[in-house]
Amino acid sequence: MQNGIFFEFSKRNVRLHWFRSMLAMIGIIIGVVTIATMGILGNSLVLAISESLSSVGDSIIVSPHTGGGGFGGAGGGGSTAQLITDRDVEQIRRAVAPDITIPVYTGSSRMKVGSKDTGGIIYGLKQDDIPVLLQVDRGSFLRGSSGCMVGARFAAENNINPGTRITVGDKGNLRVVGILKERGMGFDINPDYGIVVDDRWFSEAYDQKDYNLVIVKVKNINMISQVKDTIDKQLNRRETIVDVIDTKAILNTILNTFGQISTFVTAIGGISLIVAGVSILNIMMMSVTERIKEIGVIRSIGTQKKEVRRMFLYEALILGLIGSLIGGVLAFFGGYAVSVVMLNTTKYLFVPSSMVYIIYGMTFGIATSLLSGLYPAWKASNLNPIEALRHE
Amino acid sequence: MSGSANEEYIIEFREVTKVYPLPAGDVVALDGITLEIHPGEFIAIMGPSGSGKSTLLNLMGFLDTPTAGSLFIKGRDVGGMSDEELTRLRRDHIGFIFQQFNLLPLLTALENVQFPLILKTGSQEHLEQARRVLAAMALEEPLFSHKPSELSGGQQQRVAIARALVNDPEVLLADEPTGNLDTRTGTAIMELLVKLNHDQGKTIIMVTHDPNIARYAHRVIRIVDGRISPAEGDPPPEA
Repeated sequence: MQNGIFFEFSKRNVRLHWFRSMLAMIGIIIGVVTIATMGILGNSLVLAISESLSSVGDSIIVSPHTGGGGFGGAGGGGSTAQLITDRDVEQIRRAVAPDITIPVYTGSSRMKVGSKDTGGIIYGLKQDDIPVLLQVDRGSFLRGSSGCMVGARFAAENNINPGTRITVGDKGNLRVVGILKERGMGFDINPDYGIVVDDRWFSEAYDQKDYNLVIVKVKNINMISQVKDTIDKQLNRRETIVDVIDTKAILNTILNTFGQISTFVTAIGGISLIVAGVSILNIMMMSVTERIKEIGVIRSIGTQKKEVRRMFLYEALILGLIGSLIGGVLAFFGGYAVSVVMLNTTKYLFVPSSMVYIIYGMTFGIATSLLSGLYPAWKASNLNPIEALRHE
Repeated sequence: MSGSANEEYIIEFREVTKVYPLPAGDVVALDGITLEIHPGEFIAIMGPSGSGKSTLLNLMGFLDTPTAGSLFIKGRDVGGMSDEELTRLRRDHIGFIFQQFNLLPLLTALENVQFPLILKTGSQEHLEQARRVLAAMALEEPLFSHKPSELSGGQQQRVAIARALVNDPEVLLADEPTGNLDTRTGTAIMELLVKLNHDQGKTIIMVTHDPNIARYAHRVIRIVDGRISPAEGDPPPEA
C-alpha cells in the first residue's frame, strides 16, 4: 500500500516531536473526557430520576383547587383548607372506572417514639388501597385501625421496628405493624419520612370527613391524559373545585429539563474540544512550516498534492486517535468516579445509553483533529515546489 | 509554436520565455530559449548567478511551465498539462540530484531510495530493487538502515543518486551535485555520473559554476541574462 509510506512518515514525525504532540493530545484527551463524563453523568441522572419517579408516572393527582380562595358557600365551611368531599370522590370513582381511585388524608404531627420526640407526615389510607401504592419491607400491611406503617427513612432515623409504639400528638398510641420500602420522591405522597395509618383512625382522630387528596392509578398509561380530562370535566363543570395533575406530564417536564442540563454540560465539554482543535491546528501549522523544504523535495521527486495532503491528515488522525483512545479510557474512570461521588451508585454507568457517550466523545475527538488538520494539509499540498525547495 | 515536435530529442525547448511577475515589474528569467537535447547527452549548464540557469533546470524538471513558447519531452508538449500530469512526468522520467542531497530526514537510506518506487508502483514490495540500486552506488550494506544525518556528505549524495535512479528515468537533473562535497568525494561522484551516462545511457543535465566539473560534460550551455550565449557547444576553455 502506498499509504503505508505516508502513514509511516506521519508516525515518525509525531514520534520525533513527541512532546508537542503530547501537549496537543492532552487537549483532545481533556475534551473527550469532559464530553463523555458529562454525558454519562447527565444520562445517569436522568436514569436515576426516572427510576425513582417512574413508579408514580402512572398517577393522576386530584387536589382541592387552591386559587382565588373560592366564592364562599359551596361547602367551604369557613375552613381555610379546602378538601375533597365523599361525593366528589364517588364522582371521580365512577368517571375513571375501572382505574383505581384512592382518597388520601394527609396531615402532620409531633410524635413520640419511646422517649424521643420527633415529628412527621401522617397519611390516612384505606387498608385495601395501601398495597396499591406502597410496598412493605418488614412486617406486614395494616390490619385493624390501631396499627400503623412507617416510612423507611423515618424508621431508620428513629430506630423503629415492627412492634415499636408511636404516640401521635395527643391522638393516641399506635403499634407499628410494618416498615415500608423506600419509595423515593413522589408527586402524590411521600411516606418515607412519615407514617401511614388507617383512614378511619385518621378521620376520627382529626375529626375530618373530607379528603385532602385523591390519587387515581391509571392502568393504561397511554390513556392518562384522557382520564385526566374526564375528571376535569366531571368535577369542574360549573366552577373549578379541584386541580388535576397528570404525573406523566410532570415527569416528562422534569426529564426534559435534566436532558437539557446534560446537553448543556456536554456542550461545555465541546468547548474544550474546540480549544484542543485549535492547538492541533497550531502544531500542524508548525509541522508544515518546519517541513516546507521536505515538502518541496517530495513534490519535486513526484509526490502528488493529494499524497502530501494525506500525509498531514494522517498526522492529525494519529493525534486524534491516540488522544481519543486515552480519553475514552479515562472517561470510563471519570464516569465511574462521578457516578460514585454524585449518585452513590455505578448501576447507571454500565448501560448502553451511558456508554454511548464515550463513543460520542471519541468520535468528536477524532473529528476535531481531522478538521483541524484540513487547513494545514491543504496549505502543505499547495506549496509551490520550487519555492519550497529553496526554503531554508 | 510552429512545426511538430521532434521525437528524436528527449527534451526540446522552442522559443521558451519565462517571466516572473513581481510587484516591482516583470522579471524575464528566460528570453526565447531554443534548445534540443539528445538522449544520452551529458550537458553542463553554466552561467553567473541570476542568469536563469535555475529556471532552465526547473523547466526541464517540469517543476515549472513556460510563460511563452513550447517545451517537449520525447515529443510531448508539456504546456497545458495539469499539476497531476507534471508530477507524474517528474516521477517517471526525471531523477533529481540536489546540491544539498535533500534526503528525507525521517527515512533511512534504503527507505529514501524506496520512496519514489512506492510513489510509482503503490507497493512496498520492490525492496530488492531499491537495495540493488543502492548497492550499485557503492554504499556498504550496513549503512542502508542509517538515517541521512548519520551519513557523510558523499554517502548522502550516493543515496540521493540511487533515489534519482530507482524509477529508471531517462533524464538525471543535477543541481551543483558536488557543491557540498570536498574535491576527492566530488570527483568520485562525478565519475559515478559519467559511468551512468556511459554505461546506462542516462541523459544528464547538470548545473554548475565549477569549470573543473563542467569538463565532464559533452556539451556546455552558457546562460547569460536569460539567453544562451553564442559560445554554446564550445568545449570548456580549460579542456
